Amino acid sequence: METQIGGSSVEVTDEGYLKDINQWSREVAIGIAEKEGVTLADDHWKVLEFLQNQYKNGTPLTIRSVGKSGVCSIKELYALFPDGPLKKSTKIAGIPKPVSCI
Amino acid sequence: MKNIVILGSGTAGTIMANHLTGDLPKDEWTISIIDPLKWHYYQPGFLFVPFEMYDPEEIRKPIEKFIPKGVDFINKEADVILPEENTVRLKDGTNVNYDILIIATGSDIAPQETEGMKGPCWRKDVFDFYSNDGAIALRDKLKDWEGGHLVVHITEMPIKCPVAPLEFAFLADSFFKDKNMRDKVKISFVTPLSGAFTKPKATAVLQHLLTEKNIEVVPDFYIEKVDGENKKIVDYGGREVEYDVLVTIPTNMGNPLMERSGIGDDLNFVPTDKGTLQSKVKDNIFVIGDATDVPTSKAGSVAHFEAEILLDNIKSFIRGEAFKEEFDGHANCFIETGNSKAILIDFNYEHEPTTGSFPITGIGPMKLLKETRMNHLGKLAFKWIYWNMLLPGRKIPLVTPNMSKAGKDIED
Repeated sequence: METQIGGSSVEVTDEGYLKDINQWSREVAIGIAEKEGVTLADDHWKVLEFLQNQYKNGTPLTIRSVGKSGVCSIKELYALFPDGPLKKSTKIAGIPKPVSCI
Repeated sequence: MKNIVILGSGTAGTIMANHLTGDLPKDEWTISIIDPLKWHYYQPGFLFVPFEMYDPEEIRKPIEKFIPKGVDFINKEADVILPEENTVRLKDGTNVNYDILIIATGSDIAPQETEGMKGPCWRKDVFDFYSNDGAIALRDKLKDWEGGHLVVHITEMPIKCPVAPLEFAFLADSFFKDKNMRDKVKISFVTPLSGAFTKPKATAVLQHLLTEKNIEVVPDFYIEKVDGENKKIVDYGGREVEYDVLVTIPTNMGNPLMERSGIGDDLNFVPTDKGTLQSKVKDNIFVIGDATDVPTSKAGSVAHFEAEILLDNIKSFIRGEAFKEEFDGHANCFIETGNSKAILIDFNYEHEPTTGSFPITGIGPMKLLKETRMNHLGKLAFKWIYWNMLLPGRKIPLVTPNMSKAGKDIED
């Protein structure tokens, strides 16, 4: 469905994930983050950038891989994106919900 | 003579040895299989041991019994794979050279990955049932347990047989009902997933069963540590769940050999093309079963389906031709739901489990994604099928390596 986030019109899934990463912008990220109750600071942006790079490289995303990345520890990831950090951070990063769960 | 070397004589390795020996010219190819262990375990049977439905003795047989004639069984441990030298070096220093290597080393539990899990409480009130010793220790614990909070817990995905923890919770419900003490046991299912299972339609059905059986689900729980002293598990967000008996599925990892050889991912699984099963390490290395990083379930049925595809692909590789076969991620699992009933699911990379019917010759059509007694009988019959048809690499009639859409209620 189409919706307005951060001043742009974007296509999202039922769960609110962007359907096309090309529609992502910093403004869109701030808009999604607001809905998720997250105020984005420098540390958040570093994680978002890491997730987007991993996604573009086709690397499956897991909480473990973020923890090992050197970007932040798992504990810090939870502090940045409380309650389901990977689901929240990927949504804000404009990438699909990870299917690490098989 | 050329050499095919198979690493690991579990489900996948044994099936491949049987397929290859029936198919490759014996005057051109030597087939070897390397494994340091003595026993082949029927791993789906571990689930039943804690509830005394299977005796540990009936789910293991000597590995050698299933190695086909003419295959060289090297009963030793591999130390390192040297892809550039086309060699596997054994711990005793011997080199085993290969033209083609098939990695089938499976996955195993790694409780040491979680703080506090393998502490003094391990196998006293923290248990696994993914190993023979673990299943037996848990059986002995439950035998005269007087009740309390039983927590069934998944540490992180992926795990071998992702439905097994749910089956454990369902069977525990039946077990304590039969002992007339269900009212003395609280059962919780704690998972890092957002729901009961990984696929939406199956999750809806399973969630309903969990509610019906009064099993509490604690979703989105990503464990940080086991606090054995205070008998609680703590997640990274600070949430706590107290237990009297914790039955955990520890982190599952591939063989440490991959780390020593520098060819594994974070969890020692080998990067593998999900269609051809060729490794991304080198073109003459193939990977099958739990050892791969392909995005489907880690399960015996998957290894069985992959084996047929891999056999064709290895033959193409030998002839220098392009691969003709693509694996579709087909998995097929019986889910025990307790009270002598089970659910059957059949799915692949693309299609999630759905309702419909599934044919099995000699047993009859099974209902998909529905709880029936027939499915339970199918699950029990599977032990015989495993030893007598699956491991020897015989075709199971009507069950195709890639998923069939026939009989399934698939919305396109």
